[in-house]
Amino acid sequence: MAGNNSKRTFKGGAHPFEGKELTEHLKLEVMPNPQTVIVPLSQHIGKPAKPLVKKKSEVKAGEVIAEAQGFVSIPIHSPVAGTVTKVQMGPHASGFPREEIVIKPAEEDSEPVLMEHLNPETASAEQIKDRVREAGIVGQGGAAFPTFIKLSPPEGKKIDYVMLNGAECEPYLTRDYRLMLERTDDVVQGLSLLMKAAGVDRGCIGIEDNKPEAIAAMRKAVEKHSSISVEVLKTKYPQGAEKMLIKAITGREVPPGKLPLDVGVIVQNIGTSLAVFDAVVKGEPLISAALTVTGGGIKEPKNLIVKVGTPLQEVLDYCGGLTSDAVKVIAGGPMMGVAQYDLTAPVMKATSGILVLSEEEITRKAETPCVRCGKCIDVCPLNLMPTKLARLSQLERYEDAEDFGVTVCMECGTCAFVCPANLPLVTWIRLGKAQVMAMQRNRKPA
Amino acid sequence: MTKETLNSQHKLELTATPHVRTTMSTQRAMWFVVASLLPCLISAVVFFGTAQLAIIAVSVGVAVLSEALVKKIRKQDLSVNDGSAVITGLLLALILPPNFNLFFTGIGSAVAILIGKELFGGLGYNIFNPALVGRAFLQGAFPVQMTTWHNPEYVVDSLTQASPLALFKFADATQKAGFDFTSYLDDMLIGNIQGSLGETSGLAIIIAGVFLIAMGIVNWRIPVSMILGVIIFAGILHLIDPARVACPGYHLLAGGFLFGAVFMATDWVTSPLTSKGMWIFGLSLAFLIVAIRSYGGLPEGVMYAILIMNGAVPLINRYTRPEIFGVKK
Repeated sequence: MAGNNSKRTFKGGAHPFEGKELTEHLKLEVMPNPQTVIVPLSQHIGKPAKPLVKKKSEVKAGEVIAEAQGFVSIPIHSPVAGTVTKVQMGPHASGFPREEIVIKPAEEDSEPVLMEHLNPETASAEQIKDRVREAGIVGQGGAAFPTFIKLSPPEGKKIDYVMLNGAECEPYLTRDYRLMLERTDDVVQGLSLLMKAAGVDRGCIGIEDNKPEAIAAMRKAVEKHSSISVEVLKTKYPQGAEKMLIKAITGREVPPGKLPLDVGVIVQNIGTSLAVFDAVVKGEPLISAALTVTGGGIKEPKNLIVKVGTPLQEVLDYCGGLTSDAVKVIAGGPMMGVAQYDLTAPVMKATSGILVLSEEEITRKAETPCVRCGKCIDVCPLNLMPTKLARLSQLERYEDAEDFGVTVCMECGTCAFVCPANLPLVTWIRLGKAQVMAMQRNRKPA
Repeated sequence: MTKETLNSQHKLELTATPHVRTTMSTQRAMWFVVASLLPCLISAVVFFGTAQLAIIAVSVGVAVLSEALVKKIRKQDLSVNDGSAVITGLLLALILPPNFNLFFTGIGSAVAILIGKELFGGLGYNIFNPALVGRAFLQGAFPVQMTTWHNPEYVVDSLTQASPLALFKFADATQKAGFDFTSYLDDMLIGNIQGSLGETSGLAIIIAGVFLIAMGIVNWRIPVSMILGVIIFAGILHLIDPARVACPGYHLLAGGFLFGAVFMATDWVTSPLTSKGMWIFGLSLAFLIVAIRSYGGLPEGVMYAILIMNGAVPLINRYTRPEIFGVKK
């Protein structure tokens, strides 16, 4: 199904400098194994995995080295063959040290241990879901929610849509774009598997209109799938946010505190769809990540496939290293990525890119008092009042902040991006959000 | 690959998201507004002579000095380059009558900054438009000087010999009903009429307005809702009561309406935050302006209308909170 030609969008948002031309024409390249592999036990939302190996253990590529603990958790596989050198607390892209397994890769690289292949035609929904869990698949969009949970809606929730998020609205990043061009049919097959696992017969792929080649390729690939459509979205940040994607394509609004499941939709990332395809059809666990290494501060921008656990520094070195005017290394994109201070932190399953911004790309402007221009309110895709929320947080008026919906904020950063006063709106709101959530937890009857 | 080698080469910055920002800043926006006032400045000089430059210089100079004085007393950094005092000075000068007393100009400008702005806490905290506070003070203190108009340089017909607002206001009922503005509209558009320094040329103001809207500095909702409001309210009232209410075209071009709609009502700090609020603000302004001009004691109502609505802004903000995404309507 070709899908609708009219461009879909949402209210609010902004147009940051796209920066995609740095890497959009570069094919995904496989980076060789690094010298050290650092595998965090916490690569997903939920409980960290429990290590099954200790110092000096020999591990094979693809072997389970940490098992799931509790329901919202997943196993972790060794990305390479080698020897465990330590299990330590170490640097993590979140900025907080986490427990991690350090592996010295063997001289000879070996093929990963595969799981039994499943026939995508005959595999049952349960088999697919089990495989998604066993393969350690998490959402590739950033939050890294274990995928199998999203595919198991609670009893009584009627799901009628599986959406693939091909918006890639974060500026600079192009890995989803490359994956859609280079693995077009696998993306569609992955989506079919996701639809089957969730028992849903309608699927679609949403792509922003700044990627016409991806739209054309995906349209061609879905021609023989009557239940899958390609939807063209207007290029606008944050179109790729789940709530904005669902709104643009179906017109449905996910209420505050609710999930896409509550409006009958499951949203998955392009990378997640491919991970599902690889796990089911090839039997591969999730041990590598496709990512874009880009920005004015890196000498040779690239789209790469790297082993999970590769230290950021080794990835940057592989791309020629930093330029002399590099000022910031960010895990993820410029709007929501996390600035890094320790480049020994490793690439994780959900790392979508490493962005190195140069002095030239950073706008430095004076911070002034709020001039009440209302731009932040105009652009907030969730119709919040960012300046008000920031002010209430600053004044520690958390009850009022709660009333004004501080916990609804998804921290997309559009408000701070447009703010002429250069106020740290997201930082204040994040603080208020944390305080209000703590307040709400205490309020719950024991 | 160690931290040490890295840090010796690069000082990595750690700041929170987002890592990119628009180039539009408070300062930049202010200087764009200053630049957009240039056509009005030119029209002031063309129609009322180079002597008007002295009024502008005094008004801007006193505004900047007053602000500097306050910053000094408060032991804060000077903020001249944020441009806001320059704007206040410029705006005040452009809404004064031609050849206005320079000493009085200085007083008005000091009042605008000291009472209109800094007393409330400075940039971002003032409730009322500072330039209008300055003008309101002058109107009260020096009413005669404030309503003494001068002919523009190129007097060609009867209308240009009296302020169109006063002409209409003080005409009798039969004259009013038979008043024909159409022959004066071209003079009103280019600015060849009596009026305040920068307010007479509709064309200059419209150019500035289009520029400011295109730059994203002026939110279009305010001028558009004001213009629509005038067309609606003056249109209806003119049909009902032509002896008191002039036609919408007159209200749009006469006096300080356009200047107010582009430069005064759109002031970021003193206008509403929300889109809905901006519509309410603009429509209310239009209603007040038509009402004051038609039924009040004064020929002009833009200044008071804006000051009144500035005062209503906190209330408007409170009642126009946007409905949060996903909350059932």
